[in-house]
Amino acid sequence: MSAPLLSVRGLRKAYGKSVVLNDLDLDVAEHTCTVLIGSSGSGKSTLLRCLNLLEVVDDGVIELDGVDITDPRVEVNRIRAKVGIVFQAFNLFPHLSVLDNVALAPRRVHGVARRQAEDDARAMLDRVGLAAKAGARPDELSGGQQQRVAIARALVNRPRLMLFDEVTSALDPELVAEVLTLIGELKNEGMTMVVATHEMGFARKIAEQVCFLDGGRVLESGTAEQVFGAPRAERTRQFLGRIEEAGRL
Amino acid sequence: MEAWSPSARQHERDAFRRRRTRRSALIATASTVVFFVAAALVVRSTPGWPRVRDSFFDFHRGWQILPGLLRALWINVQIMLISEVLILLFALIIAWLRTLQGPAFFPIRFLATAYVDIFRGLPLLLVLYVIGYGLPGLRLTGAPNSPFVLGIIALVLTYTAYVAEVFRAGIESVHPSQRAAARSLGLTHGQSMRFVVFPQAVRRVLPPLLNDFVSLQKDTSLVSILGVIDIVLTAQNDTAQDFKFVPYVMAGLVFVVLTIPLARFTDWVGRRQGWRGAVGSVV
Repeated sequence: MSAPLLSVRGLRKAYGKSVVLNDLDLDVAEHTCTVLIGSSGSGKSTLLRCLNLLEVVDDGVIELDGVDITDPRVEVNRIRAKVGIVFQAFNLFPHLSVLDNVALAPRRVHGVARRQAEDDARAMLDRVGLAAKAGARPDELSGGQQQRVAIARALVNRPRLMLFDEVTSALDPELVAEVLTLIGELKNEGMTMVVATHEMGFARKIAEQVCFLDGGRVLESGTAEQVFGAPRAERTRQFLGRIEEAGRL
Repeated sequence: MEAWSPSARQHERDAFRRRRTRRSALIATASTVVFFVAAALVVRSTPGWPRVRDSFFDFHRGWQILPGLLRALWINVQIMLISEVLILLFALIIAWLRTLQGPAFFPIRFLATAYVDIFRGLPLLLVLYVIGYGLPGLRLTGAPNSPFVLGIIALVLTYTAYVAEVFRAGIESVHPSQRAAARSLGLTHGQSMRFVVFPQAVRRVLPPLLNDFVSLQKDTSLVSILGVIDIVLTAQNDTAQDFKFVPYVMAGLVFVVLTIPLARFTDWVGRRQGWRGAVGSVV
């Protein structure tokens, strides 16, 4: 196997006295999907925010494509443009149309001319099945549609790596499928992705690697069959047992 | 589509609501009339009423001096328009300076905060005196000495502090996740402010902002103390001719008439945003 696209070593992040990530290691190979599972507060979201440099790490190294992006000398805005993130709460810009939401970063970060940026944005909206909604405001869309716009907004930067932070947790059960289908298609097109989710069925289908986070580190990782079928750690069994009780496995 | 006609129960409810509305309107009208009649009777029965009427409500005289007052009003309008543009610009800059993060910007943040604290606390009248008489007193070459310009400087200094706070409240009301989303796309701090945070913040604070401008419109009258021949100073000069106070009453009416459109515009903007503070609603 070639060198991984993303390599995390000894990552530490604390807020005051509460240590959220503690000596965390993670490797993600190119064109694969890694799913992060774990209870709330286990550090999934914080890890994704660190990977996008939305948080300043307290220690450790994150290498993307062999470049240490935790080095304070790197140009964070260039790195962020290479890593797309989609949030649980969509976080679309409510004062901009759907098209402008998608075209904002190309125009302002990459200096693409307005026409070209809007053409690219339209193509990307078409890709997520929302070409007809280009002129709408975010609050005129359903949750699932908003989340697909958020995905298009991240994809239009042509990222090397996509991060999904519980992107279906705020959606009606009926709308979850349209978003998960889209993520599945991106995976098939070869996108490298890290996905934090509670949708275990989806994780089982899509993931090359499943990581169970607990206490700020990766407690157990392996293929979906290994982690779901024969968890080694007692804590993983507990967590999966509870998920099963809740009927989500 | 099936035809719908209200049920008997709904008819009865509607009739009751109409009756109740009519009765409330009647009571409100009657009590208003009673109040004003009583107030008028009380005022007219006072021993000094004939003299007050003669001095304040001699509208024949008031009508004569109105054209002069309206000409002088142009000065107030000019002061207001120039100040408004400068206030908006500087307030946005001050509010932005206060959002800068990191220890490197501490002195800038500190100065911006100190400025806001000081000028929000100082009465406008004192600022007018200090700027109006202090600044020319320095005999600095190139420093303005026209009362018109000095008055604008004082108004801008005072109101910028208020409006900067309004902007800051708006900026802080935009959820941090919006900034996170902007930064995650690669926008710089300045770009996320300009394209994502400011547009949302300004929309939210538009009603209080316009309210401050209604207030500014009236406060332009204070520059008369520096000798700017605005509507208030003109009224004062008219009064000095025959010691009738009707010019002040006329000037007051002009200000009220001038602020009403802006106040209605403020309400309209607020209503359009679903903000019902000024007009009230069912609940």
